[in-house]
Amino acid sequence: MEKAEKDHAALAEEFIKDEERVDWHDGALWWIRQKRDMAAKNIPEWEALREAASQIKNNVLSNLHDYLLEFEANVTKNGIKVHWAADAEEHNAIVYSILKEKGIEQMVKSKSMLTEECHLNEYLIERGIDVINSDLGEYIQQLDNEPPSHIVLPCIHKRKEEIGEIFHEHLGTEKGVSDPTTLTRFARRHLRNVFVTRRAALTGVNFAVAETGEYVVCTNEGNADMGAHLSEVQISSMGIEKIIPQKKHLGIFLRLLARSATGQPITIYSSHFKKPRKGQEMHLILVDMGRSRQLGRPDFRDSLKCIRCGSCMNTCPVYRKSGGLSYHNTVAGPIGAILAPNLDMRKHADLPFASTLCGSCSNVCPVKINIHEQLYKWRQVIVQEGYAANTKVLGIKAMAWTLSSPTSYSTIGKAGRWVLNNIPFAVNNKFNPWYKQRDMPDSPKESFGEWYAKHGKDEVK
Amino acid sequence: MTVGLFIPCYVNQFYPNAAIATLQLLQKVGVKVVYPPRQTCCGQPMANSGFEHLTQECNNLFLENFAEFDYIVAPSASCVLHVKDHLHSDEEPAKAERVRAKTYELVEFLTDVLKIDKLAARFPHKVGIHQSCHGLRGLHLAQMSELNAAPFSKPVRLLNMVDGLELVTLERPDECCGFGGTFCVAEEAVSVKMGKDRVSDHVRHGAEYITSVDLSCLMHMEGILQRSKSAVKAVHIAEILNATR
Repeated sequence: MEKAEKDHAALAEEFIKDEERVDWHDGALWWIRQKRDMAAKNIPEWEALREAASQIKNNVLSNLHDYLLEFEANVTKNGIKVHWAADAEEHNAIVYSILKEKGIEQMVKSKSMLTEECHLNEYLIERGIDVINSDLGEYIQQLDNEPPSHIVLPCIHKRKEEIGEIFHEHLGTEKGVSDPTTLTRFARRHLRNVFVTRRAALTGVNFAVAETGEYVVCTNEGNADMGAHLSEVQISSMGIEKIIPQKKHLGIFLRLLARSATGQPITIYSSHFKKPRKGQEMHLILVDMGRSRQLGRPDFRDSLKCIRCGSCMNTCPVYRKSGGLSYHNTVAGPIGAILAPNLDMRKHADLPFASTLCGSCSNVCPVKINIHEQLYKWRQVIVQEGYAANTKVLGIKAMAWTLSSPTSYSTIGKAGRWVLNNIPFAVNNKFNPWYKQRDMPDSPKESFGEWYAKHGKDEVK
Repeated sequence: MTVGLFIPCYVNQFYPNAAIATLQLLQKVGVKVVYPPRQTCCGQPMANSGFEHLTQECNNLFLENFAEFDYIVAPSASCVLHVKDHLHSDEEPAKAERVRAKTYELVEFLTDVLKIDKLAARFPHKVGIHQSCHGLRGLHLAQMSELNAAPFSKPVRLLNMVDGLELVTLERPDECCGFGGTFCVAEEAVSVKMGKDRVSDHVRHGAEYITSVDLSCLMHMEGILQRSKSAVKAVHIAEILNATR
């Protein structure tokens, strides 16, 4: 297990240094949260839809084995080749072997957080395969050699001027051009050429229907379709939790997904893929990558209900102020913080603590994952497994000792107030993180307990 | 009816006036109140830091202090939520369950148990209400902005009974202030930025006072207000509901 070089607090502190950027980032995401609220409140049955989606996903997780076999049989019947991958290495090797067999050296890829988790691009590029991300946000992040900071809005942390600069450097647009429409048109022309020339396309999967063996890919840009329809070989990668039992359940999820993600009634493209065109080859890779381990953790298995809408990120004040890259994980924000410790507990030990447990995430979640309760539970697990810093362990033990006895508590409380009153510099200094940007509370002469001992018997009129 | 007054550790040490206001307010509305002097803390600071396993002595002490009362009332949504969610005892599970069920946050107690519909309070000021997350999303003291559900607010209902008080409308009605327990020092930069933005919403909308059912949020926002030499003050809701000036 590797340890992240800088933890969330340190990376967030760097992000916050540019306060103007933080305000703009926070405002952009809050605007999306407001659009989501309007969309949700326009549907009287919104809360019932969330409940239905949550129950369907509960059913899926409880019967995952059977649904996966049913799905595999139907996919195979439809003429798509099914592959199973236990981890990133197996997944990447499967993709590479499919391309190698066909002698393909260039691939276009639409948005897939799973392949980001697997670091597929790096793996293929090392082996001489050129991969281009076709989702505009992911394309920008790829040009800038940075991972996505948000699962739905990969470059939400970048200003349009910065994107203009990246386009100038990598694609030769005129210096200083930052108009989003102009830049988008330029990227589109560039990507059209990519779509036309690539023999292989990889897509992610939003929903996989066990009953029919088809799967649905949702995009706003149509880039998944463009890649798939022009390809000779189509590969799709999905986490094993993406299953839904029947086609009739799709409506519930499609109504929830885009409204939760961006406030749109539905994604512009909700494309059903079922069987290869004549002369086309289709491959579907079912990837575990820690999912069955998470399924075995009773407190955390519900995290697998996630449909990757990103609404928990948009509503999370910590995410909005700290930026997605501060989570040092493919999936950032509250949902990332409950998924990541399952993948590598030491590396991600900081993430469940990067939250105030305000609970807004659980309220916007379209499949009703109890995200903030899982954050609390991960904190207990991380401490029990020994991944908390030693200084913190000592501090908390001292706190627990003080608070477990009325005598030690009142003595230390008195001493604390005496220190605050008489030698404020002892606490009001830069070594006290509270005092750096906040004043300490005024220290009263006596505690309530002391006051009550003198006046508690007085009756108030 | 006898109420056991639960005054959380940091309120006892730093905000005795809020505790006094709570006591007086309950006495004014005719409740017999007793403050068990041997109380310390609900254990939340340890538990939220991942050390719930070190909180058993706090739990035992809480049970020892409060089990006998008809109700337990505290001027702190956060501590009450911790008690309701996590107070337990391996030796006396039934006792812990009874205590969890009869522990109330002050506003909740005035609204749901005492069913207060008028108050002899006066507070002629513009006030911004800060929804503490634990009060809002934990104890459901008001409707949560994320849900498609009918609006209500127990704190606002009580504040509307106060003579002369004017509530200000905020841009973000229930955004977290960033205190978050040990988060406030462990994630200092994010915590302060969240606090500054929350305070600014109140200040921009003309609040003279920011009030809340949680002093932890207020302590954090007060620290930010005082650092910026703001004239806006933080005050616990009990002090407003008990005010007669």
